[in-house]
Amino acid sequence: MSALSRDDVAHVAMLARIQLTDDELDRLAGQLDQIVGWVGQINEVAAQDVPPMSHPLPLTNVTRADEVRPSLTPEQALAGAPASAQQRFSVPRILDEE
Amino acid sequence: MSTYTQDVVSYDEALTRYDPVLGLEVHVELNTATKMFCGCAQSFGAEPNSQVCPVCLGLPGALPVVNARAVESAIRIGLALNCEIAQWCRFARKNYFYPDMPKNFQTSQYDEPIAFEGYLDVELDDGSVFRVEIERAHMEEDTGKSTHIGGATGRIHGAEYSLVDFNRAGIPLIEIVTKPITGAGERAPEVARAYVAALRDLLKALDVSEVRMEQGNVRCDANVSLRAKAGDDATAPEQLAVPLGTRTETKNVNSLRSVERAVRYEICRHAAVLDSGESILQETRHWHEDTGVTTSGRPKSDADDYRYFPEPDLVPVAPTRERVEELRATLPEPPAQRRKRLQADWGYSDLEMRDVVNAGALEVIEETVAAGATPAAARKWWMGDLARRANEAGSAVTELGVTPAHIAELDGLIRDGRLNDSMARQVMEGVLAGEGTPTAVADARGLELVQDDGALEAAVDKVIAANPDVADKIRDGKVQAAGALIGQVMKEMRGQADAAKARELILGKLT
Amino acid sequence: MSTVTDLTSLTAAQMADGLAAGEFTSVELTQAHLDRIALLNPVLNAFLHVDSEGALATAADVDARRAAGEELPRLAGVPIAVKDIACTQGLPTTAGSRTLEGWIPPYDATIVTRLKEAGLPILGKTNMDEFAMGSSTEHSAYGPTRNPWDLDRIPGGSGGGSSAAVAAFLAPLAIGSDTGGSIRQPAAVTGSVGAKPTYGGVSRYGVIALASSLDQIGPCARTVTDAALLHEVIGGHDPMDSTSIDAPVPPVVEAAANRDLTGLRVGIVKELTGDGYQAGVQARFDESVELLRRAGAEIVEVSCPHFDYAMAAYYLILPSEASSNLARYDAMRYGLRVGPDGVDSPSAEQVMAASRDAGFGDEVKRRIILGTYALSSGYYDAYYGQAQKVRTLIARDFEAAFEQADVLISPTAPTTAFRIGDKLEDPMAMYLNDVATIPANLAGIPGLSLPSGVADEDGLPVGIQILAPATQDQRMYAVGAALEALLAEQWGGSGSVLDRAPDVTTGVTTGASAEDAK
Repeated sequence: MSALSRDDVAHVAMLARIQLTDDELDRLAGQLDQIVGWVGQINEVAAQDVPPMSHPLPLTNVTRADEVRPSLTPEQALAGAPASAQQRFSVPRILDEE
Repeated sequence: MSTYTQDVVSYDEALTRYDPVLGLEVHVELNTATKMFCGCAQSFGAEPNSQVCPVCLGLPGALPVVNARAVESAIRIGLALNCEIAQWCRFARKNYFYPDMPKNFQTSQYDEPIAFEGYLDVELDDGSVFRVEIERAHMEEDTGKSTHIGGATGRIHGAEYSLVDFNRAGIPLIEIVTKPITGAGERAPEVARAYVAALRDLLKALDVSEVRMEQGNVRCDANVSLRAKAGDDATAPEQLAVPLGTRTETKNVNSLRSVERAVRYEICRHAAVLDSGESILQETRHWHEDTGVTTSGRPKSDADDYRYFPEPDLVPVAPTRERVEELRATLPEPPAQRRKRLQADWGYSDLEMRDVVNAGALEVIEETVAAGATPAAARKWWMGDLARRANEAGSAVTELGVTPAHIAELDGLIRDGRLNDSMARQVMEGVLAGEGTPTAVADARGLELVQDDGALEAAVDKVIAANPDVADKIRDGKVQAAGALIGQVMKEMRGQADAAKARELILGKLT
Repeated sequence: MSTVTDLTSLTAAQMADGLAAGEFTSVELTQAHLDRIALLNPVLNAFLHVDSEGALATAADVDARRAAGEELPRLAGVPIAVKDIACTQGLPTTAGSRTLEGWIPPYDATIVTRLKEAGLPILGKTNMDEFAMGSSTEHSAYGPTRNPWDLDRIPGGSGGGSSAAVAAFLAPLAIGSDTGGSIRQPAAVTGSVGAKPTYGGVSRYGVIALASSLDQIGPCARTVTDAALLHEVIGGHDPMDSTSIDAPVPPVVEAAANRDLTGLRVGIVKELTGDGYQAGVQARFDESVELLRRAGAEIVEVSCPHFDYAMAAYYLILPSEASSNLARYDAMRYGLRVGPDGVDSPSAEQVMAASRDAGFGDEVKRRIILGTYALSSGYYDAYYGQAQKVRTLIARDFEAAFEQADVLISPTAPTTAFRIGDKLEDPMAMYLNDVATIPANLAGIPGLSLPSGVADEDGLPVGIQILAPATQDQRMYAVGAALEALLAEQWGGSGSVLDRAPDVTTGVTTGASAEDAK
């Protein structure tokens, strides 16, 4: 199967929002290339007409009634926040990409 | 925002060379009591982060459970849009990072929407009907809300940091996506507005959403592209055969007027870009209500690789056909059909009916007629005096404290001959002032037409005697002079007389 | 000081009986375990957090209620350790990750609520591979847990903290989670018992997700009956988990009491024996098969041809789901937040990327990147999509096999416990530890591991795995308990393989010196 280059790994890491250091890239790129090659053997299986399995059990229509349950208090909600202000989560400036 | 000035050509000119194609994506917030996947309340205006729980905050370990009523609403919306309802469909995760998205994936639907392949017939201003084809309607969840601090006027651009409130995160949304809307030609902006308006009316009739665009209950993304014009007929086969151009997606156009303006603006801007020989960049655009322009947002990129996959934490939704038919039976009459029926019943002219619809007075008039008023009286009150007062007070006509039953009662008093128009207006003053029902106000204020012909006749005689000149004129055949005498008779009777009867008496005595 | 105090050496069932009979109190029992934890945890690193106060408070409450004549659940007063993957309100929960260091959940996992309702004092939170990714507990951000059989060896993973705690008598019971073997493989390499129930049999609500369609919560214990007792406490429908089975818990305790194997068809999975299995592991497995045969079971061989691709399918499905499940650790609402080096006013995007780099270990990064890649446009069909089709084929293999056999058996892990550090730099070698346990997770069926003896070549414990069809968990308990009894008869003594474990307290004489050892 395909080889995963060091650049590919850096690119995918950024899609996953992980800023790898150069050292990490050196270390992980080779391993990932090997792993990707290994999992690629999955394509040896002839499975064209086989339905994919997303759930291990065939359950359907699991819902709940539209009834209000207690929420957390704002204090509980914000207790783990790295930063907060005005009862809101404080986050660094957001790049304009919405 | 002068830095954003960009070339546009005039609309008429653009339409001489290009054929516009639209695609509209409307997000509707459902009016369920709780969120899509958790039991948090979703009332508008709660204090920040007071309607959140482990699920909608995306805390480690939390799991979603689908709100049954949201699924019902989705199916009803699908049916009202003449869609097929999926026999079996799954939720999917749409993966992308954004600080107002708790899990950094949005639980949505991807290639298995709950409803698909429908249409909505949209009435245009001239009364003609344009069919908008619906591609799909699917269920998803809303994100949190960011407030940008520092920089200029709360804009995201230049902000130093942002504060996030997750009360909105997880509110159920239905996204309704049209197929490419072709064949609208120069009416494309009007079609866009009319479509969103018709959709809004439909959702309101279904009672699945508050449909307040200003509160963000209904949000529209407008896709616009231009292609070369093949002839004068936008619906001709040779026109429809021309491949679509590159589109832009203008986000969050949140009023009917803006939908029309934004589409119009993008048509003009695209035309200018294409005229200059350049190509349209596939990107999202922001609409600026104040300046009436769109500005460049984010180009299509890697970040749009959403890595959808079936949501393993939710099981498939498989509505039985029986359930779908049960829900179909709950559908209200389609708004357009209902308007036609009511107009025929009430005998309103097209213009009168359009005014009533535009004023949002259809329901209240219907209730007033049902309470016993004549359609003409109901329209006169709600579209006249009361509409003016509501307008002055900046409130809705239904919030004045006057009910359909009041109007029906008042109309009954007039028709029974107990009140004349001017007395009825005085009674209305009393009702508006909270003095009670029309009958109670009339009683309390002593307002009642004098039914005693003797008193009226005496007043007529007195006025004729006091105005010999006018009386002579009438005797000479100038019947219109009677008006002056009627006024004096009414004054003599302190308004509590039937003017028609007074006229009858005056003319009887002098001609 | 004795190696194992009298109270801690009892089984959970014996503890429950002793408490019910008034032979000792829950406070005494709980304190005995806390003392042993204080002595040995500095060496084993099985617990990341010990909640003496909370455990003793629960114990005292249970004692008071019992004294007042209240009827209590069977395991009330029997202490338990909880894997640090389950949220515990007010107690730190880290999932073995730096990113959640110091995070205190505002809510309890459903299983934790059930433990509290059943009156089990929670001793503390056990160590694990970061976000349950690993087979050795070496990928914990808080240092490896050591195997009480040999402190230089791994206790299995990801639930090495729970398996070591149970095997070293720091707790009679523990909670585990099993995505590809994280309950069963640690049980095998520590000489303890671990069960992965049918997918959906135990609520996942509040248990930090690794791969949602594979994760299952289950019991860790020293006997099959103890595991069944805990299974009944934590099992059953939970409306907070959409994938939870809405049916009564299978009768696992009752099944564990019934030792009759006559006429039972036991299938040996051809693809899960032989090549690649350590000699001592295979030898103990073969002996157990012989014991079952002699006890009246019918032994058949079955073939599951697609199991050869189970590892590949697993290492596509797991990373894909994990990459999405772990996206929430972004330093915005909770967890470690660090800024990127040399950036003055970093954006949210930059802070997320820097924090995730600092908060996650190598194995987590490898799997997130692998999963992100497998789901990305252009690769989805060849990787994630194909893996899900193979998953169907594996489930069909099981279906066919269960037409020929009532239960299936195999060695739990191909080798005994390896040395700490041996496979750390070779992810692929590490992954192969789970070759026999992974198929059950892909199909959602239940599996149980119990000790089958020790390998001749290294004297380390070996596990045997029993698999049953979905929702038929009681079958594996029935066969497991029967085999356990047959082995105990053969071994003599207390009947436990742990009799043969070396004395882990050797060299650890007082609490003070234990502290030094850390």
